[in-house]
Formats: sequence, C-alpha cells, structure tokens
Amino acid sequence: MAVDITIRVAGQAGQGMQSVSSVMGKVFMRQGFHVFIHQDVESRIRGGHGFTQLRVGDMAVGAPGDRIDLLIALDGGAVEGDFQDLADEGIMLYDPPAAGIPKESPQCFPLPMERLAEEEGKSKIMANTVATGAAFAILGADLQPLLELLTEEFGRKGEKIVENNASSARAGYDYVAEHFKGHFPHTMPQSVPKQGRMLISGSEAMALGAIWAGLKFYSGYPMSPSTPIMEFVASAAKEHRILVEPAEDEISAINMIIGASFAGVRSMTATSGGGFCLMVEGLGLAGMTETPAVIVVAQRAGPSTGLPTRTEQSDLGFVIHASHGEFPRAVLAPGDAREAFHAMGRAFNLADRYQMPVIVLGDQHLNDSFFTLDRQDLKPAPLDRGEILRDSEIPSLRDYRRYAFDRSGISPRILPGLSGALVCADSDEHTEAGHITESGKIRKKMMEKRMGKLAGLTREMAAPWVYPSEKFDIVLLGWGSTLGLLKEAVDSMNRDGITANVLHFSEIFPFPDRKGVRDRCKDARIFSVENNYTGQFADYFNRETGLPVFKKILKYDGRPFTPGEIRSRIMDAL
Amino acid sequence: MLTLEDYQSDDPVAWCPGCGNHGILKALKEALLKAGRAPGEIAIVSGIGQAAKTPHYLRCNAFNGLHGRTLPVATGIKLANHDLTVLAEGGDGDAYTEGGNHFIHAMRRNIDITYLVHDNQVYGLTKGQASPTSEAGYISKTTPSGTLSPPLQPLALAVASDCGFAARGFAGEIGHLADLIVEGIRHKGFALIDILQPCVSFNRVNTFDWYKKRVYSINDDALYDPGDPVAAFQKAREWGERIPIGIIYRSRRRPLNEKQEALERTALVKQRIDPSAFEGLLARFQ
Repeated sequence: MAVDITIRVAGQAGQGMQSVSSVMGKVFMRQGFHVFIHQDVESRIRGGHGFTQLRVGDMAVGAPGDRIDLLIALDGGAVEGDFQDLADEGIMLYDPPAAGIPKESPQCFPLPMERLAEEEGKSKIMANTVATGAAFAILGADLQPLLELLTEEFGRKGEKIVENNASSARAGYDYVAEHFKGHFPHTMPQSVPKQGRMLISGSEAMALGAIWAGLKFYSGYPMSPSTPIMEFVASAAKEHRILVEPAEDEISAINMIIGASFAGVRSMTATSGGGFCLMVEGLGLAGMTETPAVIVVAQRAGPSTGLPTRTEQSDLGFVIHASHGEFPRAVLAPGDAREAFHAMGRAFNLADRYQMPVIVLGDQHLNDSFFTLDRQDLKPAPLDRGEILRDSEIPSLRDYRRYAFDRSGISPRILPGLSGALVCADSDEHTEAGHITESGKIRKKMMEKRMGKLAGLTREMAAPWVYPSEKFDIVLLGWGSTLGLLKEAVDSMNRDGITANVLHFSEIFPFPDRKGVRDRCKDARIFSVENNYTGQFADYFNRETGLPVFKKILKYDGRPFTPGEIRSRIMDAL
Repeated sequence: MLTLEDYQSDDPVAWCPGCGNHGILKALKEALLKAGRAPGEIAIVSGIGQAAKTPHYLRCNAFNGLHGRTLPVATGIKLANHDLTVLAEGGDGDAYTEGGNHFIHAMRRNIDITYLVHDNQVYGLTKGQASPTSEAGYISKTTPSGTLSPPLQPLALAVASDCGFAARGFAGEIGHLADLIVEGIRHKGFALIDILQPCVSFNRVNTFDWYKKRVYSINDDALYDPGDPVAAFQKAREWGERIPIGIIYRSRRRPLNEKQEALERTALVKQRIDPSAFEGLLARFQ
C-alpha cells in the first residue's frame, strides 16, 4: 500500500474522540480511500481514558494498524500512555496546558487546542474540531472538504454552530501550517473520489441488512455493544414502517418477536451475551414452536457484566448449545461490514425456510468498527419466506395441521387471521395439529421431524473462506470479526516467503463442508486465532473434523488482535 | 351465522371435574359468540399451567407459549396483525409472579389485548403450593409455616398502573363473566379480567360456596364510577366479607397499537416489502 496511515485520537469520554475519527474517516472515504476505524473506550459517559483509531489506506483495510503514525492527545493520559505506542517516525499533537507534562521529544508537537477553540470556536468543547483541522494540515490534506463536511453535519444545528466549527478547524489547520509544517513523513496524496462508497459500522450494516431483508418488527433492550443496531432501525422506522417496541427485558423482547413472527412478519432482536442469557428460554420456544426468529448476539467480554465496551469471542459455545432440549438452529458470524449486511438477509431466509431461530454472532470489534463499502458490495439475496400456504393449497381448511409430518422436517405454515384455516402452536410436545400430547410415539416422530431439518440446513451452510491459495502448509483458522486481521497477517507472512492461508468461517453452525475442510487441511499445521481463553472454535473444529489444531493463538484482554501480533505469535510457535 | 358449535374443539379436556376452569371456558365461548368474533379472527395466547390449556379447548388461532410469557407473545401478535382479536390467558402464577414484569408493562403500553387470569390462589398443576395471591398464612408443602407475605392485589396494581380496563369476574357466575369478557374485548386497550376460580383439588378455603356468599356486582350501583381512580383503588382493595365483581376501573388512554406510526395504513403483516425503497438509506453513509 502506498498510503497506510494510522491516526489515534486519545482522551476522555465526552471529549469527542468519535467525532474526530468519523469526520476524518468520512472525508478520506469520499476521496476514494479505504478507511477502518475501531474504538477502545470505557463504559462511562464522561472521563476515564480511551481512544478511537482510524486507518486510511489506498487499498482495502479491515484491521487496526500495528503502529500509530499520528497521535492526537486530548488529555494527559494520552501523553503518558498512548505516546508509548507511537511509531518511530510518528508524531503526537498535544495540548500543553491541558496535558500537564510537556514532552521534550522531537515527536511531540504542542497545539493549544482549548485556547484556539475558545478564541475561534467560542467554546472549549470545540477543541476536538481544532485537532481535526490540525490533523488535516499535518497530513497535507486540503481543508476545504473538511469544511464542507462540517457544514453538512452541523447544518441543521444552525449557522452559528457551523461557523464555530469551521473557524475551529481552520484555526487548527493554520496553526500547524504556521508552526510545524513538513515534519510529518506521511502525506495524503490526491485521490479519485469513488461514487457510492460508504463508511459504515458493523452494527449499522447489520441493521441495514435486516431492513433490506424486510424487517418489520424489532423489539429489544439496550445493551452494549448491540445498541446501535436498535438505534439505526428506530431511525429508519418511520420512513419504512418498521415497528420498534422497546422491551421491559430481553425475555419480553424475544417473546415479542416470536409473537410477531408467528403472526407473519420478519422480526428480530439484538443483544449481548448477558441479554442473551435471558433470551435462552425464548430460544427454545422458537425451536419447539418452529417459529422463525433472528437474534443478533454482539459479544463482549464476559462472564456476567464483564467488560461492557470491549471485545471477546467467548459466546460461541454458549449460542451453539443454549437452551435445554434439542432443536435445530443456525449460527452465523460475519467477519466485516459487508458480511454483516449479508448475514442478516441470510439469517431471515434460513429462519423462514427452516422455521427456527437463527443467531447472528457479532462482537464489539465488529459491531463498533467502521469499514468502507461500495454499492456493489450490497447486492442482497432475494427474499425467501419459506413455505407459507395459500388457502387453495390446503386440502381441507378444517384439518390444517401446523406440524404435519414431512421428510424434510418442514411443515408449511399459514398465518393466523390471513387464512381460512386455524393455526395452533405449542411449547408443549404436540400433535401434528399443535395440541398437547403425552404420546411417546408422537414425541419420537416429532423429534425426528424437527431434527430432520438439520440435514438440509447442513448442506447449504457456506464453506469457509480460503485465502489466498489452495496450498495448505500453514493455516490460520478463524471466525467472525478476525477476518481482516487474518488476511493481513497472512499477506505479511506470504510476502516474506512463509506460505500461509486463511481459513475463515462466517457460517458456523451446523458445521459447513466438513469433508472439503478435512481434505484441504489434513496435512496442514493449523493455528486457531480467537478472542477467548479456551479456544472454543478450535475445539469445535477439532470435534467436527477430527483434525488437530497445532496451536491456539488466544487473546482475552478485551482488546482486538493486530495483524503484527498474530504474525509474531505464529512465528514464535513455528 | 356463528354458533357456539363453531368454537367447539375436539381436544379432550384435562381439567379436574368441578374445576372453575370449566365455567370460565363456557363464559369465554359465549363471549366470543356475543362479541361476534369468528374463530379465524381470534388469536389466544397462553402460558403454562392448568388455565393455560384453555386455547386447546376451543377452536381459534392459538399460541401456547411459556410460563409467564403470554403477554409479550400476545403483544407481538397484536402489533404484527392488529386486525386480530387477541386474548391472553393464564393462571395467577403465570400472570402475577413469573410474568409480573410483563404484566406491569402491558398495562403501561395499553396494548389492545384482553387478559383473562384464572386466579385460584394456588399453584394447581404443580400440586398445591402457595401462589402470589394465596392468603397470608396459607399452608402448603413449600410454605409449611404458612405464607409470610400478604397476597398481591392485581386490581389495585392495575388501577395504579392506569390499566385500560380492570375487572373481576367469578367462575361461578358465567353470564356475568361472559358479559365482562365481551366488554373487555370491545374495550380498545389493555383489559385485565381477574377471575375468581375455585380450585376443587387444592384450595379448601376459597370454594364456590365461600365466594357465592361474598361476591356482589359493583356495576349494579349506579353511583359507582369506574372512571374515578380514587374510588376504583378503594374498590380494588375491598376483600373479605364482601368481594366486588364487575368493572372496577376504566381509563381513556389510547392503546399502543393505535399510536404506532407503522400501523397507520394497514397491519404490518399486510404491508408489501419493496427493497428498492431502501436505497435512500445508503445516503447516510456516503
């Protein structure tokens, strides 16, 4: 990559770190660059310390960078802490009075953010906008596109606000131009704007994908890091006539979507591991009543409250096994925003076709990170509502049986109130007509009918992504949000002559393409890379394929891997 | 022309002989007929327990879900297809303990559902343990020294929650109960009907005779105004020698389903999906 710049904005909650990165990201995205933004923040509204980190490239970027080229230090904590992560040639912009300790390093550039904000933006809270303007000057980028975006973003708040933001950005930009232009080794070249390019988070992509798939009913209870999904759906609800009902708890949320889905509309909920714990009873209800249900579980570090705003992939075993009893389900785990969009349409189609719950596993790193996408990345699959009978297709309206035995395991549905027939669904074991039964004979047949759906479902689960070649010496095995990280780690290893491949699963359960995976990997040295303590996917993979995993590369500090970290841990083990 | 026969199910009834549930089922069928709702226009959601078996014993669309979770499922059904007449049904354990949070929030939402609570003051299906509406001191296998906490007062809770329609019926007065259910169905909003249901197997105190001596119809009193929350709260707390039955409280709040913008034109389930309409959403990210 000719352009590959990482910019970290570090400070306290409430200082506007997110807005610095998203404004910068949007300007660069519009200029045709690829952008990846991830965040590392504390579970609080004001104070503490955290950062957002933006990576800009002229080729696809889907992972955090290993080194920081530009650090915008909004507080003393950034000067003390984040400064240690700066690349050798990187520089730090900091506010000397606010940050406390002046740095005597040639990498440190004092920028009076708060003073300029007060003078030019009429308020200290504009310090982040001063910093944004300064960063543009450091990068040798034009100021004009930034000013245009600020006008666009703040236009509805009135002219005064736009003016204060513009003056602040200009002040930061001019200060850098005057005092220390030319010190930064990386500059942004001119680029060709790309029509239809987007900057979108994993959560937004999930919400968008769900809406595109015909979502009509959403119920949920806010829980980090899933909340932006509900917020996006709510923001589009009025225009697209989607009903969003805030639930009193997650138990209610899942039962409401089951009710709405039983009545015939595509329905979903989203939560994190703790909320999903409450939903598990309802998951079994969807399984037993054979009601389609789509549940997003955006994982965070657990157990219990864990690290609310941080990432982990530790709920895999939980969602695969959740609930008492046995019933079919599917588990998907998209790897980036594009996959997140498509996973939702896929989840709805599978849920409707197999009349079962489908879980889409995200995590904080996927859900809160921003990715660039192009319009052609979002070609949704056609809607498939599964078998819903018209009255003319029912032999006898009086004798419609909701759970009629069928070899496929799938009994065609009708929708209550829209058919001349009646439908009875039951959480008890039931007859074909849906009435309570204690018969051992019927119980056995009904179990076989429900579990029989797994055969068809297993056949259509998508095979893992293989990259870049068909040579399998070293395999980096992963799932979900590590997609971009694994790709970059492998690219870097291959550049140095180490033949390595990514084997990445976005559709997890039932295990897809068991034979294909076994044939490809039978002589490979497999490294599993996961954000959890026990290597849940590695164990699942081993159970399903019989293949040994050579080494588990695990991380469970609540932070995502970086590509360099994966590479060096694998190299150490080789 | 609808007749009672239209609601007749073939499913064998599994309730004890003499149980109050039989009267409630009869009243429900009469009410549906009187309200003119055909089986196909009705969806009944129930939880778990003896009362929750009710939808199996009449012809209608039915969803027999989980213990305590009737109201969320019923709310989802009503919001997805508000053309359906939605009823929910459960016992006192289902409604007031396991489903307590949902009960409070269904009243707050004022979703247009009629909720029939078969209140027998005991856990019947699990064989006689104390329930949230058991009298203080009630001795059972789980409370060998007697229940220490006083009974929950569902109607007082309903008045405090500004419940759309809060009524008490008695399984021994089928005609009166049927009329209450009709009123509940016709009421636009959440309608709670707490039904005194003698349990012939486990509750030796609150028997048919015990109730017959005590219940009186409150709506016979022309001076009683169910729209007055202060009077209603007092009435809701009346219990002992005299027990009021009838419509205790009525509020004029608009139901949730009438406030939802998504439902202004037609029921959700009848809305067509046009993916091309979503193109505009992309502009936010560009």
